[in-house]
Amino acid sequence: MVSAMDNTLERRAAVAALLKERGDLLVVAGLGSPAYDLNAAGDTDANFYLWGAMGSAALIGLGLAQAQPQRTVLALTGDGEQLMGLGGLATIAIAKPRNLVVAVIDNGHFGETGMQASHTGRGIDLAAVAASMGFAETRTASDLAGVEALRRALHAPASGPRLFVIKVSAQNPPRSLPARDAVYLKNRFRARLGLPVS
Amino acid sequence: MPDAGHARLIQLLHADSAVTTNVLTTEEEGIAVAAGAWLGGQRSVLLMQSSGVGNCINMLSLATVGRFPLLMLVTMRGEWAEFNPWQVPMGTGTAAALAAVGVRTMRAETAEDLVEIVGSAATLAYEADQQVAVLIAQRLIGAKKW
Repeated sequence: MVSAMDNTLERRAAVAALLKERGDLLVVAGLGSPAYDLNAAGDTDANFYLWGAMGSAALIGLGLAQAQPQRTVLALTGDGEQLMGLGGLATIAIAKPRNLVVAVIDNGHFGETGMQASHTGRGIDLAAVAASMGFAETRTASDLAGVEALRRALHAPASGPRLFVIKVSAQNPPRSLPARDAVYLKNRFRARLGLPVS
Repeated sequence: MPDAGHARLIQLLHADSAVTTNVLTTEEEGIAVAAGAWLGGQRSVLLMQSSGVGNCINMLSLATVGRFPLLMLVTMRGEWAEFNPWQVPMGTGTAAALAAVGVRTMRAETAEDLVEIVGSAATLAYEADQQVAVLIAQRLIGAKKW
């Protein structure tokens, strides 16, 4: 097994590569570094960032994917958040949305709280967990060539939910802070989809 | 969430092709799914029993901070002919716990009230962007039969 300390892929470069030429992709980012990574890759109205509600990113992605079945939805999360929401993977697995991809930016650590080793850093394999639950596709990348393969897969049709693990180095790049006002983020997201904004 | 009090409604929702249903592993998941559905233009309703309200507390920040419409139907336990002491603490604290994090509660004691209250709660949620939980009295559902 490759330990978390061996990962050299830089998270910002990985997320930027995953989101290159993103087209009409809708993206939900979990609290902390995934939200900063998404903002650093380029803010748009089609991004919804979380600053709390830990565990929710993939499930917001599920609700959104079911409401917008013609659009591909990417839930960008971290190993810490997805470990908190393991049951949510089972909920997604049985809901079988074809247009939802959960991408776990996995640094093997709880990066926001002092970089303590997380469960993935101690051996838990989220791709294997998702595969055991019946996800249609699970893939792991640990370099930019691998992320490019995930990017192409992201925009290809799928038969069910997918989970991508991107192994990155345990470093906190300078923060890139998105807006914190969830009402603003919600309203601009809905407006982007042509929905009424109250 | 599975619940004896909601059993008939759950059955009807699963059978309705116009409704997308999600079976959850824990109640808080529903707060997130409902927010995602609203981001994408769909309405939802979250069914649970009072013991599950405690599981939702931090996740409710998503609904309140984002002013996401939220309609929860909560069947009460621990308040009327309850045989299981483990249901009592959360049943006693349901309304207070929801109020503490900014979720409005409305309580239905009779079948007639329930229909009117759920309609009112749905309007508050989906027209006024409120987060509303309808607490359905255990007396209305009836004591659990063993």
